Amino acid sequence: MLAGSGAAVALTQAPGVQAQGSSGGAATPPTMPVSFTVNGKEAELTLDTRVTLLDALREHLELTGSKKGCDHGQCGACTVMVNGTRINSCLSLAVQHQGDEITTIEGLGTPDNLHPMQAAFVKHDGYQCGYCTPGQICSAVATLAEIRAGIPSHVQDDITAAPAFSAAELRERMSGNICRCGAYSNIVDAITEVAGA
Amino acid sequence: MKFEQAAGTNPIDRQKIIGQPTSRIDGPLKTTGTAPYAHERHGPNHGVVPNQSYGYILGAGIAKGRVASMDTQEAARAPGVLGIVTTLEQELLPPGQGIVANIFGGAEIRHYHQAIAVVMAETFEQARAAANMIRVDYDRADGRFDLATLAPQARVADESGKLKGEPFKVEVGDFAGAFAEAPVTVDATYTTADESHAMMEPFASIAAWEGEKLTVWTSNQMIAWSKGSLAKMLGMKPENVRLDSPFIGGGFGAKLWVRADAVLAALGAKKVGRPVRIAMQRPLVANNTSHRPATIQQVKLGATPDGRLTAFHHSSTSGNLPGGDVEVATQQSRLLYAAPNREIFMKLAVNDLPEGNAMRAPGEAPGLMVLEMAMDELAEKLGMDPVELRIVNDTQVDPEKPERPFSERHLVECLRRGAEEFGWNRRNPKPAQVRDGRWLVGMGMATGFRNSMATKSAARVRLQRDGSLVVETDMTDIGTGTYTILAQTAAEMMGLPLDRVTVRLGDSDDPASAGSGGQWGAANSTSGVYAACVKLRTAIAEKLGMDPTTADFTDGEVRAGNRSARLSDAGELMAEDRIEFGDLDKQYQQSTFAGHFCEVAVDSYTGEVRVHRMLAVCEAGRILNPVTARSQVIGGMTMGVGSALMEELAVDTRFGLFVNHDLAGYEVPVHADIPHQQVIFLDHPDDKANPLKAKGVGELGLCGVGAAVANAIYNATGVRVRDYPITLDKHLEKLPQVA
Ligand code: FES
Ligand code: FES
Repeated sequence: MLAGSGAAVALTQAPGVQAQGSSGGAATPPTMPVSFTVNGKEAELTLDTRVTLLDALREHLELTGSKKGCDHGQCGACTVMVNGTRINSCLSLAVQHQGDEITTIEGLGTPDNLHPMQAAFVKHDGYQCGYCTPGQICSAVATLAEIRAGIPSHVQDDITAAPAFSAAELRERMSGNICRCGAYSNIVDAITEVAGA
Repeated sequence: MKFEQAAGTNPIDRQKIIGQPTSRIDGPLKTTGTAPYAHERHGPNHGVVPNQSYGYILGAGIAKGRVASMDTQEAARAPGVLGIVTTLEQELLPPGQGIVANIFGGAEIRHYHQAIAVVMAETFEQARAAANMIRVDYDRADGRFDLATLAPQARVADESGKLKGEPFKVEVGDFAGAFAEAPVTVDATYTTADESHAMMEPFASIAAWEGEKLTVWTSNQMIAWSKGSLAKMLGMKPENVRLDSPFIGGGFGAKLWVRADAVLAALGAKKVGRPVRIAMQRPLVANNTSHRPATIQQVKLGATPDGRLTAFHHSSTSGNLPGGDVEVATQQSRLLYAAPNREIFMKLAVNDLPEGNAMRAPGEAPGLMVLEMAMDELAEKLGMDPVELRIVNDTQVDPEKPERPFSERHLVECLRRGAEEFGWNRRNPKPAQVRDGRWLVGMGMATGFRNSMATKSAARVRLQRDGSLVVETDMTDIGTGTYTILAQTAAEMMGLPLDRVTVRLGDSDDPASAGSGGQWGAANSTSGVYAACVKLRTAIAEKLGMDPTTADFTDGEVRAGNRSARLSDAGELMAEDRIEFGDLDKQYQQSTFAGHFCEVAVDSYTGEVRVHRMLAVCEAGRILNPVTARSQVIGGMTMGVGSALMEELAVDTRFGLFVNHDLAGYEVPVHADIPHQQVIFLDHPDDKANPLKAKGVGELGLCGVGAAVANAIYNATGVRVRDYPITLDKHLEKLPQVA
């Protein structure tokens, strides 16, 4: 509802952007206020309507844990959780998230106090360069919640039955998170350990 | 320290810390998103320099020709724009190290998405929008883009892989005669595709000027090379350039060199008088930078009925920009198998595609995909087990110089151990026999081979007042585990627990290391730290009045005779040294070996390939850290699956670009493509390699994997596809009839 009205406002302002462009005035581009919580903390921002949620986090809130691998929804490096659901944060505009609760990698744990999934990634060496890692970890946490919630996947034999925690399930559900370093085998080990805990 | 003789016993041999499975010391930073990658070093908390602006690169829309005109008026007036640098206002920059493509400057376009402008603005959105307002008129020229068309005119490359010197061919014995007489032969042509590094972190840099001095915070594998390279391109003294690259989100060879992000950040920052931060947008990466060139390869093998190779031919043709290198796909073939009559060479076709350059295991990756498929074909013709065929043709000496032995070579053990672990004896040698429901199941194997390179590497170690240690070197960690193995090396040498060692990497102000590339990083950079630690041990012992030659460093103490002291008693001390090498690598061929095994299932209805099991048995000297080494190998195995099954930059032969230039169009393996992977390391420390007795594994893990997958597919289907990647369209029509 709120996101919808945000989009509508952005749309009505679009002609303004064009007019500025062609008239050549160095007027500031249209901005909108937006507020949401990130990792439990209130954030109030006034943003250029073109700012993605990913860039709001990385550039405006200095939460650079979420990575930009492609900016086009192709790699999963920017995965965060919005109201408990994982999304590619590069694929939505920040102003769509009025009132949302956002959890990023920084909200899961800190170097001195790792979330169990973060600790499992360290233990199983579920990364190499580390650039896909925050996205993998956010995705992994959300994946386990999705399985627990009974959300079906394409690798289930019986789509009406409760999905199980299996390596095949994890691989299917994690396939939106590319790891070019190729840590997949270890990542599945890490998630499996947490799932079994 | 000069390493001129085989290493004797040294403190590393204790293996209290070195060689032990050790979690990465940078793991807590990486898993919490707090490791600072290049594009993230902004803002009040982790900013490296205030007042940063954003840069956005515009790439050329033609592959060859000239920029006739650029209209930047509208862009310059757009909101937030601070300045624009166009290629027309900048003379062509001299080439950087290792690169033949035009990085920036001048009207001439030599490859698609060559950078032609950079726009600086207050925000990313403003810079991006303004870049799209620049109007460019081109004079387009015809280009040469299709390797198959160009191949007939390709010329034999010189020994350095270029077209400058004498054509170079390995010619030993009488290949033609032996091949004609051989009772069993294989003669086939194969192709491998253009591939993209597709590292997850795009090229990124922040540049800031302070008078004459330039600092670039960047993402780069080779700090010392790149410092010199950037200075050369910008016409500066190297001492006025500083690079800093503590975390690198993958490189795979793409970040060996200085690319447009760093250069344009520097030019842009000068133009607008403010620091500039640029991340190259993903859709520009494949065409603006470099890739692994496609190859057309021919293999001719002649053997006696017992499998002994009598005639061996391997040749490869690849393309590159004028002045570029050949893809050295026959490199391993000079050393891998014994055969008295040999003919090996490479051809280069000049083209106008984006630059071909080093990508993980350059040469061996595509070369072994082909050679090891040909060996599989030969084994079948001989009615011989593919593992046995490799074993029969093993050599312990350089086949071109039989007086030159390998320092260590246990390929046979890799293969036998692998066969045993994998259950190779359950493989049906006759293809297309094993079914599991709708799936055709097969097993394949291949040899992995990659040389180990000795190269100088320096480090500084500082003993702190509290007895802890700091290691400083410009070495990089591109996911390889450098932070951890350097800490392990220093801890072992100084008798300290791992958590008493801090490692600082990637700063060009620190001693120049081997850098990360060609799987030379681990062995050489740890040897550099070893050398510095030997010096520090001497300094500490002398300070404490002990005999340096007998002092033992254990548990934070130094002991000599019946005296002992805490390390901290020595106070603050610093030592710097580098490892250098004599000619042991000339006397002995130093290489790494693997046996790769793979099981696949092919859907008999759709031709879809699923990889079910993978095993690598590796010999690479002492394994410094089995955890990070294993990760290097499984990463290589994963990339090998990509090469075998899906990776291909598709060439638009009309317009001269790679069409699928993003992570949606360029497919790499995802979770669902990769099974559990098993890795076994053989324990054969190589005392002729370096004081650590270690060699690299980062590329070995990839070498041969593609062929193991391909051979497994053949074993499953009975259909031989010689054109990589083996996408289902290439074998679907020929699959066995579904009953
Ligand atoms: S950065 Fe969002 S999916 Fe790649
Ligand atoms: S750890 Fe490098 S991309 Fe996954």
